[in-house]
Amino acid sequence: MNIVEQATKVTKTAAQGLMKKAVELAPDSWIPGGNPDPLIRQQHGHVGKPVSRLDGPVKVRGAAPFAAEFATEGLVYASVAFSTVAKGRIATLDTATAEAAPGVVLVMTYRNAPRLKPMPAFMSAAKAAGGDSLPILQDERIHWNGQPVAVVLADTQEQADHAKSLIHVVYEAEAATTSFEADKARGTEPALFQGELMKVEIGDAETALAAAPHRVDATYRTPRHNHNAIEPHAATVSWNGDELRVHDASQAVVHTAWSLAQVFGLDEKQVHVTSPYVGGGFGSKTLWQHQVLAAAAAKLAGRPVRIALSREGVYRMVGGRSLTEQRVAIGAGDDGHFTAIVHTGVTAMTRHNAMPEPFIVATRSAYAADTFKLDVEVVHLDMLANTFMRAPGEAVGTFALECAIDELADRLGMDPIELRIRNEPDKDPTQGTPFSSRHIVEAYRTGAERFGWHNRAAPGTRREGEWLVGMGCATGTYPYYRMPGGAARITLTRDGRATVAVAAHEMGMGTATVHTQVAAERLGLELDQVTVVYGDSTLPGVVLAGGSQQTASMGAAVIAAQHALVGELLKLAGNDSPLAGLKPAEVGGLDGGLCKLDEPERRESYASILSRAGRDEVTAEAEAPMPLELQHWSMHSHGAMFCEVRVNAVTGETRVSRFLGSFDCGRILNPKTATSQFRGGIIMGLGLALMEETQFDERKGRVMNPSLAEYHLPVHLDVPAIDVIWTDIPDPHTPMGAHGIGEIGITGTGAAVANAVYNATGKRVRDLPLTLDKLL
Amino acid sequence: MSIMINGAAMSLPEDPRVSLLDLLREHHHLTGTKKGCNQGACGACTVLVDGERIVSCLALAMQYEGRAVTTIEGLADGNELHPLQQAFIEHDGFQCGYCTPGQICSAVGMAAELKRGAPSNVTGDLSADTIAFSRDELAERMSGNLCRCGAHNGIIDAIGATFAARPEVAA
Ligand code: FES
Ligand code: FES
Repeated sequence: MNIVEQATKVTKTAAQGLMKKAVELAPDSWIPGGNPDPLIRQQHGHVGKPVSRLDGPVKVRGAAPFAAEFATEGLVYASVAFSTVAKGRIATLDTATAEAAPGVVLVMTYRNAPRLKPMPAFMSAAKAAGGDSLPILQDERIHWNGQPVAVVLADTQEQADHAKSLIHVVYEAEAATTSFEADKARGTEPALFQGELMKVEIGDAETALAAAPHRVDATYRTPRHNHNAIEPHAATVSWNGDELRVHDASQAVVHTAWSLAQVFGLDEKQVHVTSPYVGGGFGSKTLWQHQVLAAAAAKLAGRPVRIALSREGVYRMVGGRSLTEQRVAIGAGDDGHFTAIVHTGVTAMTRHNAMPEPFIVATRSAYAADTFKLDVEVVHLDMLANTFMRAPGEAVGTFALECAIDELADRLGMDPIELRIRNEPDKDPTQGTPFSSRHIVEAYRTGAERFGWHNRAAPGTRREGEWLVGMGCATGTYPYYRMPGGAARITLTRDGRATVAVAAHEMGMGTATVHTQVAAERLGLELDQVTVVYGDSTLPGVVLAGGSQQTASMGAAVIAAQHALVGELLKLAGNDSPLAGLKPAEVGGLDGGLCKLDEPERRESYASILSRAGRDEVTAEAEAPMPLELQHWSMHSHGAMFCEVRVNAVTGETRVSRFLGSFDCGRILNPKTATSQFRGGIIMGLGLALMEETQFDERKGRVMNPSLAEYHLPVHLDVPAIDVIWTDIPDPHTPMGAHGIGEIGITGTGAAVANAVYNATGKRVRDLPLTLDKLL
Repeated sequence: MSIMINGAAMSLPEDPRVSLLDLLREHHHLTGTKKGCNQGACGACTVLVDGERIVSCLALAMQYEGRAVTTIEGLADGNELHPLQQAFIEHDGFQCGYCTPGQICSAVGMAAELKRGAPSNVTGDLSADTIAFSRDELAERMSGNLCRCGAHNGIIDAIGATFAARPEVAA
């Protein structure tokens, strides 16, 4: 981003600031969520029941179709060749042998690719979904080591892969910026995240820190990570005239359709993206160059194309989490009261994306302190664009912050839980807004009791044979988000069945199941009378499965659509109905019909209303209100994470023997799927703590371990039985009283492990991952 | 030249480069078996060949002439799910479902190995005739099947509930 763009953004931010102040000061009742969702009070319906996943049977049979599994007449297979230099130009490109190879239909390079606009980079516009904004096969320039330089289409994958190996490219390499340290030495730039400068200064933190009787001041480092969804990115793409059809693996179907439309100069309605099943996303399943390449090649060849990235291809073409170097310094009085919190540091991004890993976001709302200095700085490298990965900012930011708290507690001789509780804020410490719902202290108390926290010994004093045993804890936190654009359509038929349609996504979060429960309860229907349809860009709403916001977005949209539906039904019911004269707000769904909320015997069934009106069905569609609640309250989820580790004194190997997550995330909609989501986040957090690292060759700018054999994920034996509990206290200001819970589990987990390792060994490791060499 | 897949004789490919995994997915449209890495590192492509689990991405289809392959599509008995499939639903042994067919096929093969007393890296007594379906044994033996959604607990619970309670279910 250049300086003019930066300035425009900052001015825009100032105008937004005024608006923000007005929203903060408005009365609660003007704000979405100001009047609690009536569903919060209903305790005996479908919501809160441990319903098994409705898509379970198709998934366990292997009958759920994923993006690379749509058979199409005349399909050809794509194989992608990647650049082997980080910067420069293609000097010679020989494709003749590849073109002549058996089965080859097309070799597409910058020489023959159709003219394309770059992808709108994620966060550069409301529906932008592109991982970067670089030209795609438009010229001979190379921008990262791994950039696609050619696409081969052939009748079989084997033929395409073989032909690709016959392409001969000679590069004219130029000096590239691929070293974090070297670029940092040349100077950093302030980070802008979602249009906001990642900087907070309250009081003079450095002076307060210097004057504090107790302080910690240390640097923490976290490496690059890759999402590694087990389903590699894939798409099956075809053209029908000017209409583009994409079977995608996507957590952003509408964003992807709109963004592809920009690339190909189409109206967004001419692009149809579906994604009924997604084999994991974690932030990675948005729009990257492969969908564009497949669509361009399909156009050129006049054939439908399947692009299924190899695992290496995912590492070369789909960005991951960037690295961070964070300083956390905390000053405290004798009583543990924080006088200063400093959390600053540097992360790497590119000139072609808008994603500085915002590692201070959790620190803005975590603790009360007299002074704050928070700052994210960036360097720009010639590398594949980094992106969002599960809890961007919080996952790595809480590692640094929560380790520092543990270090300070140790120095003060205080229990780290008590130190946290002592600095518990009564309102958002940097925004000044009230919390919508914050029960972290309760989560800590219950968790500590259940985990047996009082058995924690002094650092390095508990040994069982070869094994040093220790316990640690840390706070996890993730904001409650709801993005603008949510909408839903409800269709109700005379036989009392409802279809709820939202352009949302099911990547394994349990969306389909949980929202069937919610809709059934709202409408007063049984689960088998409700169908939720999703994963299709032609459905209502702009709903990103990201930021843990999908539940809130869908929840608010369905509330709005149900309100509209009730209005329609009341009109149809007319004057002969027991409901005559009532307003939609006074009416809710119950037992297959509508009733007056505070007088449930005043009711009429859907079937009766529709048949008297001579209608087979009624449909209503509505948009959710703008998410002003986010500026009116400080809205966050919390977790008290407890970990027990065993560290081998001889080999340095760390095993996690017990883990407990005690969560405060509003009302839990389905305990079965929620437990799995919490655990899933925690397990990714164990990976972050102990083994995960995308190794980047700083000389060549190339990822060195682009495979599941060399990038280590937690496997079954690495994962203990993880205990998960929750407060289940509804947030009075959110739909259903719920918070999204997809990301919270990974936050705090890294620090809980590192703090436990310190307690076991007396060794403080501040560089992730905590591999055995660092403990010997 | 043919291969038995889920009890039916099916053709083998002409191209010797075709893996057993691609034969299933691309030639016979049995897409229940998944491709997560195509290099033997994730287990998503696990199928049973004559009752033994293998990663089908590292198997050349031609070499399996005459062999009997069971995929996830062949485990259920018509509409009746295999007890392990049912247990995966009850114990929430998956989220996205992409690793699931591999986990299930792998667990069926694994249970047979355990039942016949083949030791693993965590087996304490190597001379014992029988090995318990303990949590550690199951977790160790399933460690070749990655799950990124983090359904590990549900998976091990489902396997334990299916085979520990009723070892006769194991082949
Ligand atoms: S696809 Fe065969 S092991 Fe990963
Ligand atoms: S359920 Fe998604 S990878 Fe295992």
